Amino acid sequence: MATTVHEPSIEDPSRLGTTSGHGGWRNLVPGEVELRAVEHYAPPPASTGIWVALAAISMSFLALTSALVVRKGGSFDWRHFNLPIILYWNTAVLVASSVSLEVARRQVATFMGGQRQKVQNPSRWLYVTLFLGFLFVAGQYVAWRQLRAQGLYLATNPSSSFFYVLTAAHGLHVLGGLGGLIRVLHLLGKFVLRRSTLDATSRYWHFMDVLWIYLLVLLSIKL
Amino acid sequence: MAKIFAITLILIAIGSAIPILRHTWWISEDISAHGRPIDEQMSETMAEAGISFLASQILLAIFVWKYSQPRPGERIRSFPGGATGLVIAAFLLVGTEVLALGVFGAKAWADIYLTPPSPNAMPIQVQAGQFAFYFRYPGPDGIFGPIHPEQVSEANQNFFGLDTTHDAASKDDIVTAEMAIPVNREIHLLMHAKDVGHSFYVPELRVHQDFVPGLDLSVHFTATKLGKYEIVCTQLCGLGHYNMKAYLTVMSPEDFDAWLKKEAALQ
Amino acid sequence: MHDSSAHAQVAHQAPTSFIRKHIFSIDHKVIGKQYYGLALVAVFVGMFLSWLMRLHLGWTNLAIPGLHLLSANGAPGDLMTPEYYLQLMTMHGTIMVFFVLTTAPFAAFGNFFLPIQVGAEDMPFPRFNMMSFWVTFAAFLVLIASFFVSDGPTLGGWTQYAPLSAVGQVAGPGQGTGVVLWAASIAIFCIGQLLGSLNFITTTLDMRTKGMSLWRMPLSTWAWFITSIMGLTAFAVLMPACILLILDHVAGTSFFVPSNLVLNDQLQTHSGGSTLLWQHLFWFFGHPEVYIAIVPGMGIVSHVLIANMRRPMLSHRVLVYSMGALAVLSYMVYGHHMFVSGMNPVSSIAFSFPTLIITIPSTIIVLMWLGSLYGSKLRINSASLFALGMISMFISGGVSGFFLAQPSLDILLHATYFVVGHFHLVMAVAAIFGIFAGTYFWFPKMFGRMMNESLGKLHFWLTFVGTYCIFMPFHYLGLAGNVRRYQAFVDDYTMSLLPVHKFITVAALTTGAAQFIFLYNLIHSRFWGEPAPDNPWQATSLEWATPTTPPPYDNFGGKLPVVYHDPYQYGVEGSAGDYVMQNSAEGVRGSQDEA
Repeated sequence: MATTVHEPSIEDPSRLGTTSGHGGWRNLVPGEVELRAVEHYAPPPASTGIWVALAAISMSFLALTSALVVRKGGSFDWRHFNLPIILYWNTAVLVASSVSLEVARRQVATFMGGQRQKVQNPSRWLYVTLFLGFLFVAGQYVAWRQLRAQGLYLATNPSSSFFYVLTAAHGLHVLGGLGGLIRVLHLLGKFVLRRSTLDATSRYWHFMDVLWIYLLVLLSIKL
Repeated sequence: MAKIFAITLILIAIGSAIPILRHTWWISEDISAHGRPIDEQMSETMAEAGISFLASQILLAIFVWKYSQPRPGERIRSFPGGATGLVIAAFLLVGTEVLALGVFGAKAWADIYLTPPSPNAMPIQVQAGQFAFYFRYPGPDGIFGPIHPEQVSEANQNFFGLDTTHDAASKDDIVTAEMAIPVNREIHLLMHAKDVGHSFYVPELRVHQDFVPGLDLSVHFTATKLGKYEIVCTQLCGLGHYNMKAYLTVMSPEDFDAWLKKEAALQ
Repeated sequence: MHDSSAHAQVAHQAPTSFIRKHIFSIDHKVIGKQYYGLALVAVFVGMFLSWLMRLHLGWTNLAIPGLHLLSANGAPGDLMTPEYYLQLMTMHGTIMVFFVLTTAPFAAFGNFFLPIQVGAEDMPFPRFNMMSFWVTFAAFLVLIASFFVSDGPTLGGWTQYAPLSAVGQVAGPGQGTGVVLWAASIAIFCIGQLLGSLNFITTTLDMRTKGMSLWRMPLSTWAWFITSIMGLTAFAVLMPACILLILDHVAGTSFFVPSNLVLNDQLQTHSGGSTLLWQHLFWFFGHPEVYIAIVPGMGIVSHVLIANMRRPMLSHRVLVYSMGALAVLSYMVYGHHMFVSGMNPVSSIAFSFPTLIITIPSTIIVLMWLGSLYGSKLRINSASLFALGMISMFISGGVSGFFLAQPSLDILLHATYFVVGHFHLVMAVAAIFGIFAGTYFWFPKMFGRMMNESLGKLHFWLTFVGTYCIFMPFHYLGLAGNVRRYQAFVDDYTMSLLPVHKFITVAALTTGAAQFIFLYNLIHSRFWGEPAPDNPWQATSLEWATPTTPPPYDNFGGKLPVVYHDPYQYGVEGSAGDYVMQNSAEGVRGSQDEA
């Protein structure tokens, strides 16, 4: 039945509510100087947004993966090379950075929860993460230099092409994550950091970790 | 205004259908042994698509005509059966329609593409390059000499990169700029792209296949009618794309042998 | 990670400086208008290119006065060279697909109306939103810049099949720098659309106002939401593909270029690449892309029609599910572009079935429109005429899909004008009609002034009849085997088709000229149109509930609406009007969609 019958207005207070909506961030301005724990009524967009962004990033790497599989499958010019050993050290560094970020995230959470006395400097572990992150990028660069020294350039062989493309794409994303970490530190310094920002940043960072392990497995199997 | 819309729409729908019904512009006459299922599939699809087209456009016109001038106080009504009815109708009607088209279409396709050429099919190689086709017949030995890409040269008229001084098999290969085939004989066409993507399209022969650089494909067909037809390129290959064509002549076996001899003498 | 307290502060205060207000604005409404403006510029550029192409196809040896001013190399003595035709064609396709059909219905209207329709003040990441537009704008500039390099833009067609697109200059004019600029432009465009999609999805999921459950979102919102999910996945695949293409050009890699290619008697150095790899990556994006173009149009047309039919759709949910089914299926059908490409013939059959099945949700959508028209109280105005026109175009373009979904018929029709007719009707014209419907419907809300109805109707009649005159004959040409992407018709069997081409050219010039009526109407109404009331169409959704028209900076004047109803409460008896707005506390008993 498409026709609707109208009846007098119902004043149901439970249906009216406040003037503000479900949305996250607009309700979440922090206090003057002190950081407050802000519990959200609805998930703040940053925590949804980060999953959406990660989905897009996964899609791009999936596309590159299938390109690699197709390119390797249909050709006779694919040459295997051994991955530089330093990549495994880099992996350890990146995993360590994830651990330190998780420590930092919990400390900041406690810190934001108002128990300031217990945690003196919540940003210390963030600096550790930042350092490890840069160490990883530097390590990747060293791996590139090692391949260069072996005469393996971007265009040398499809295997090296894919190696450079995948590591560069991942490295750029890691650099983006480092930018995010620096922003978190900056916001923390100004006492305007929000939980959702920190959580989203750490999710992104952990994802870079998982993505790298995936890429390493892919490269070691396929190259 | 609604009535004008309805009338215009019906006129457009019927006007669009007339050239189709009268076959003013229509698919070319089939000269292949395998084309019949394709043509039948074409007529079948045209009938179903045409009915769907006319029915929905006319229905749209009628509804617009009818429901654009409601009497005051008139209540809106729902389509009998509502959304559920329409969804079921769509699944039943269109679902079976497309399933039938899909199954018969797949069969027509499989008959052509999933059956291997017969062993005594005549091999001919075609090479597509910017912006010409060249054809190669293996000669009396029945073997195509190997292609040496580094020797390919338009300037020296060595279109296939053959090394006739070293490769015995290349010595009797016959390279032509036009294609001739004997009627009622199966042809196994080996396709090779010299530079970029091209396509081999002979509408009358119901053959259409892209040349894929780096991947030599083949098609097979039998022409059943004498005549001269055009082979055109349908894959954008550069500035001369529009002009990339060759002639295909379907000859009687005797004429074909004579033609091949003449071409062999010209090598 | 990217939200910041700064957003919360600016969200309530409108910026005052000209630059922050109109240029680098983070207001979704301004960004929506910017996208609309970009699409408007792009569509007239694209149309102009199509005029030149059509003139050339109709009268190949005709000198077009002044053409040498556009390109001295491309048109010496005002005569178009073959390569210049292909360059114009490539740019026409690229500009239209990316900068018109993606930006206008999705990015422009979506940006302006999605947050308002869900009752939000803005998008959650306004600075990403601003970046999304400016990145897209930069992509447009990069693409246009290729007109100004020495050998002009690329001639490889909007699909840029490798290896023609990947071997460089040696393949022809525009295949060097032109392709690199093209691929860079598209990669940049992808970034813009990814940022936009991120905002759209998050807005829909997180920013809905109180009472706005998912099922209470208008169909246009649903369409934008579904499109943004497609955009997120499709553009995320195209971007790496474009980067690999650029690398093949500038870094000498061989992703898409196989061994042993001989161009101009030079053996190429590339080796082992896969040309089909490009086609797979491209069409994995390319097919969803056509749905990215048309699904917002479906949503807009439904939204416009409902308000003008004075009744809800027969079923809101069926329409949403059907659009969702289109989105899901769109990833499984892309292989139908490659039936004769040398792909495994078994894959052709495997791709054929989902392609045929996709007609089922499309048919359901059309039947929902037709079934809802039945027994409605249809108002005829420019907006509803274009909405009805879109339905007609979508049907016409849709039925030719029956042919192209079948590999066996693709043998006859692949790469002919039949395909050109099919996709122009079903995705280009239908989407453009959706844009027109949206424009006539929403213009009052966007600019606070009414558009001229008489001019709007004149525009409709000329466009409606004109587009049929252009695109129907394309199907006949295709049946006769006329191959597309030819700059002139020199094959014997095409000689008899030349009069049809001349007819199409005349129709295209006329229909194109009629678009200037629209442009005039748009500009004139923007400044001198009648002031618009807040709710000129007596419509129900939240964009008509803003306190002012156009809406204030924060959309609802600091007091977000609360939603009580499904989006389309039309045909309500006993109310003062025949409709109840979504944010009205009035109760509606027995509403079919309330359940």
